[in-house]
Amino acid sequence: MQGSIAIDQSPSVQYLLRVGDTCLILGQRIAEWCGHAPILEEDIAMSNMALDLIGQARAVLTHAGQLEGRGHDEDQLAYLRDEKDYRNLTLVELPRGDFAFTVLRNAMVATLMKLLWERLRDSSDAELAGIAGKAIKEARYHQQHAADWVVRLGDGTDESRQRIEKALRELWLYVPELFESDAVDEAAQAQGLGPRWADLRAPWLEEMDTILDEATLSRPDEAAFRSTGKRGVHSEHMGFILAEMQHLQRAFPGGVW
Amino acid sequence: MSNLDTSTAAEWPLWEVFVRSKSGLDHKHCGSLHAADPKMAIQMARDVYTRRQEGTSVWVVRSDQIVASDPADKDMYFDPMEDKVYRHPTFYRLPGSVDHM
Repeated sequence: MQGSIAIDQSPSVQYLLRVGDTCLILGQRIAEWCGHAPILEEDIAMSNMALDLIGQARAVLTHAGQLEGRGHDEDQLAYLRDEKDYRNLTLVELPRGDFAFTVLRNAMVATLMKLLWERLRDSSDAELAGIAGKAIKEARYHQQHAADWVVRLGDGTDESRQRIEKALRELWLYVPELFESDAVDEAAQAQGLGPRWADLRAPWLEEMDTILDEATLSRPDEAAFRSTGKRGVHSEHMGFILAEMQHLQRAFPGGVW
Repeated sequence: MSNLDTSTAAEWPLWEVFVRSKSGLDHKHCGSLHAADPKMAIQMARDVYTRRQEGTSVWVVRSDQIVASDPADKDMYFDPMEDKVYRHPTFYRLPGSVDHM
């Protein structure tokens, strides 16, 4: 059994892990739809999106490993950390729910990532800027695809509306975490590595409002609850998804295809 | 289409998908899919038929908008051409500068 690795706590590595882990965990969640989506075409669309996200995670984690300078590669970072060393948003680790929950979460995360990648194209870190230039195209499509479904479900049948409204109530609890600022964000901003995520709040709300308006849904009030995945304190769901993801690398260290 | 039973009537309509592999080439028929409307059909065509870099452009057409020849007319329509080799311009010599004819 392979033991866990310890990771560097410097702000720039933490900042990259927030980006990479958010992609990694959402990619894993979306991949759970493979073979289960309501129609064949969506099954393939979900798998495509999962693979885009895992591709982005690979690039960012590889780079985080180089920056860290401890010889960790993408697989070690993806599969050999303890739960507290993952820096993804809590939002993305929540179980996949029904299709309404999935497409609304995808719309929320894709909108965030699109805004983030747009700004990371100007990062002082050339490698990160390069990754962003490629990822932005994928994020734009993810947003369009998910937003279309949110509109269809919001403006659809009684059942679809009731499901998307329920998803909206549940998911909106996790929004404040997206835009909370801390020392990691401030350091990234100061170094020119990337924006404070707090600065993405206004454009994010604007784009989400457009989607929700078209779906004839009303945006819930901001919750008092604060999730803390970005700081490594996760929901009860995180351990289960990590167990599934990590099993192979832990049982067969260094295993490759 | 009055002979549709209710189960198929409730399904999303069928669309034919055409993909252009690169600029300058024709869009080629590559399959079909079910979708609720044109926008969804285009997105699904992108996801289903271009995920391995097959295309640079996609067309979708409602399958029920295609007018097809009747299979019963096959003999009448196509067999008479079988013995008319003179319709193939194979007896001309092409200039060397004309490729791929």
